[in-house]
Amino acid sequence: MTGRFYKALGVVLVLYSLIYGLLTTVPDLPIIEQSIRNLFYHVSMWFSMVAMMAGSFGNAIGFLRGENLLKDTRSVSLAETGMLFAFLGLFTGMMWAKFTWGAWWTNDPKLNGSAITILIYLAYFVLRNGIEEPRKKARISAVYNIFAFVMMIVFIGILPRMTDSLHPGNGGNPGFNSYDLDNRLRLVFYPAVIGWILIGTWIAALRYRIKNLSK
Amino acid sequence: MRNFAYLLLTIMPFSAMAQSENLMYSEGKIYVVVAVIAIIFLGLAGYLYRMDRKVTALENEK
Repeated sequence: MTGRFYKALGVVLVLYSLIYGLLTTVPDLPIIEQSIRNLFYHVSMWFSMVAMMAGSFGNAIGFLRGENLLKDTRSVSLAETGMLFAFLGLFTGMMWAKFTWGAWWTNDPKLNGSAITILIYLAYFVLRNGIEEPRKKARISAVYNIFAFVMMIVFIGILPRMTDSLHPGNGGNPGFNSYDLDNRLRLVFYPAVIGWILIGTWIAALRYRIKNLSK
Repeated sequence: MRNFAYLLLTIMPFSAMAQSENLMYSEGKIYVVVAVIAIIFLGLAGYLYRMDRKVTALENEK
């Protein structure tokens, strides 16, 4: 099995974050209370999704430079894994929102932005399935992928920061950094993000290899 | 199988006695939840590992 080390590291880091994330003590915040632990689980889904989409974007550019179809396969495998994380992030976020903000869905710019991002990437898969010829499919979807990635950055990275948002770190709302992302939280959050990105890489690699096998 | 059931029956009263000092019974039994989550995740990781092995085997066949 190739890449034994990163796969094992991913499993160990996520396992650590699952266990220690429940056992560590957390800052006592009003309304959020114990649910601050969702930082380790919900937020790491979104970080992993952005990492997968960044990998997909990099491979799309790589394809356009050399017309290597393997890079296209890699790009789509990463985008599919990114979508998995996006849906996990969306549903966990809805759960968290219901019990802290009081509704399953709010008109928060980050929520709508992430919903639009999901639609943009769904269109990417629809576009791919609509083209028969592999080279043409790869070229058009690589160009679309670049747009999709830039739109994702705009919708979940830039626009929410320009208006008021319920999410920390956006608009007039300070990030966790400025007051309560203390070292106890960091000690679990960062390993969780790295671990999930490694697990995501593993899943994407499996999808990529299966796609190559079924050709 | 019958031996195992017998063993369980002999151990059970002791495990009940040990409740007060057992880690799994402390802190409102939160460690039970931790263990359940760990089992689920390890199961998923093992599943990924087995899938990886199968794909490798298919690749070697090709």
